[in-house]
Amino acid sequence: MTTASAPVLEIRDLSVSFPTETGTVSAVDGVSLDLAAGEIVGMVGESGCGKSVTAMSIAGLLPGSARVTGSVRLDGTQLVGARESALRRVRGREIAYIFQEPMTSLNPVLTVGRQIGEVLQVHERMSRRAARARAVELLTLVGIPSAAQRVDNYPHQLSGGMRQRVMIAMAVACGPKVLVADEPTTALDVTVQAGILQVLRDLRDRLGTSVLIITHDLGVIADIADRVVVMYAGRVVERAPVDDLFAHPRHRYTAGLLSASPQPGRHAGTDRLTEIPGLVPVLASQPDACTFADRCPAADEQCRAAAPPLEDVGGTDHVAACWHPCLTAPTAAQEANR
Amino acid sequence: MARYLLTRAWQSALTLLLSTIVVFVGVRALPGDPALALAGEDRSPEALEAIRRHYGLDQPLPVQFAQYVERMAQGDFGVSIRTGTPVSSMLTTALPVTVELSVLAILIAAALGVGAGVLAAVRRGRPAEWLANGLALIGLSVPHFWLGLLAILYLSVATGLFPASGFVPILEDPVDNLHHIVLPAVILGTGLAAIIMRQTRSAMLDSLSSDYVRTAKAKGLRPRAVITRHALRNSLIVVVTVVGLQLGGLISGAVVTEQIFGLPGFGKMTIDAVFQRDYPVIQAVVLLTAAAYIVINFFVDLLYSVIDPRIRVTGDPA
Repeated sequence: MTTASAPVLEIRDLSVSFPTETGTVSAVDGVSLDLAAGEIVGMVGESGCGKSVTAMSIAGLLPGSARVTGSVRLDGTQLVGARESALRRVRGREIAYIFQEPMTSLNPVLTVGRQIGEVLQVHERMSRRAARARAVELLTLVGIPSAAQRVDNYPHQLSGGMRQRVMIAMAVACGPKVLVADEPTTALDVTVQAGILQVLRDLRDRLGTSVLIITHDLGVIADIADRVVVMYAGRVVERAPVDDLFAHPRHRYTAGLLSASPQPGRHAGTDRLTEIPGLVPVLASQPDACTFADRCPAADEQCRAAAPPLEDVGGTDHVAACWHPCLTAPTAAQEANR
Repeated sequence: MARYLLTRAWQSALTLLLSTIVVFVGVRALPGDPALALAGEDRSPEALEAIRRHYGLDQPLPVQFAQYVERMAQGDFGVSIRTGTPVSSMLTTALPVTVELSVLAILIAAALGVGAGVLAAVRRGRPAEWLANGLALIGLSVPHFWLGLLAILYLSVATGLFPASGFVPILEDPVDNLHHIVLPAVILGTGLAAIIMRQTRSAMLDSLSSDYVRTAKAKGLRPRAVITRHALRNSLIVVVTVVGLQLGGLISGAVVTEQIFGLPGFGKMTIDAVFQRDYPVIQAVVLLTAAAYIVINFFVDLLYSVIDPRIRVTGDPA
């Protein structure tokens, strides 16, 4: 899939900040992103880089204290600043969410059938009976065996992987255009992870749903995404088709991320994983500088004096915001080994 | 589930037997001789002996206890030493008053407490929360006998809105009955309402910030559905626990409230009996209170399993 057709979801210059007791904290700064029909885009970055805040702001799910500016368009309809009642019609019907913790994200006192059926009752005006019947079909769709019995189970009676499948069934109940999956596999065993990713892929293929998958796990990205967006300290620092990004990371942060994750064959034997020193900074305001400069091996005066723009760095649709992009070497680690 | 019920029923029965023993021994450990109290003017040793024989007080304690349990099993709680009427018939007139008062107080407290608690949590940091918190503080810190006196002064004596005392059985005149009992019930319920409000508020704040409420919002549910179906339903588990624990306090509160409003209930009967060392009545009253407590706790446990499906499996590993 490519971005050639008109994007289903179009995020432009999205910024989010939160007032706190110690002053304003800027969480997201000028993020732009397109999601084409049937496309799976991975969003990757360390904890605190603004991935989840970006995801939540798409359907206006941030707490009321959050200040959101910029534009989020779903099929051309502006969602930033839209009325709550309009957003409610979008949530669960056109934009659906899957969250990280399937145990706590499901209501412990309602049966899974009820929780799936609720979406259908609200958006499709189905009767409770019809919604339950549809819930059984949905559970089958996401690969839950003996769905007719499982539909009356409570979340605690299901395994972690099953619960996440229930979350997915709930999310796709109304055939949404966009599915936002925030760390959908992080709390799960590796074998279960693969199953969940397969379900997401199947749904994309069968229903044509666009998926924005947020994770800090590059393995998940490599497995499922068509394109990747790398975020750092609230900004998009690199965006590329998945193969291109893994083969030729251009931003120094992306290169650091790649060399910090184990990849078969590369780090076997004596090679050690390289860590990126330091932490993602918490920013009161977004400085006119590269926010990665303090942790970057290639940083110089220019990096601290001006924020690098997202620029074409060669390849198809490959952009990075770096004054000194990596040139040839796939990863910093390999660079060091030469 | 069945096994869980059986276990709980068996535990309840055992507790009831233990309370019977405690009540029986406890009453006899009280200072003062009931024979002396009954004898009145004629305190000759012969007269006292006759009284003791008549009421079985000359028998050894284990024998007295065995007789007591046997009679009780037949619904015979003995005869009041003071009035000579059967305790069971005293209970049939007094119990309905107290039961009605307590049930009404619980209903009022639950309605006010849960309502205000939800409001305080949803409108966090706004005037509605401050108001609810302030009222709860008053409800908790003002003793309700004083609140009762104030209510009588202002709502009964000064304005005549409510009768200051007395009681009309519900079967005789339901409207007049309610008119008499609603004020005492509100007064009795204030403390409980305050406690319920505080627990509801904090439980609601927890659930409103939970992941499943985020999920509910992400599904596009209306705020009311999110609050009632998702947040409140989970918060009720905590609320039910607290109400269950507070019921003991409610029973003793009923004793005081009945005294203030002159309701011919269980509480008034208890106080009279204690002052008169009316053993059979005290025994019956204390035992019944214990039984009520045990039964209520049993139902609270049942209610848990209705609200929280996770508890249903605990007692039933299959």
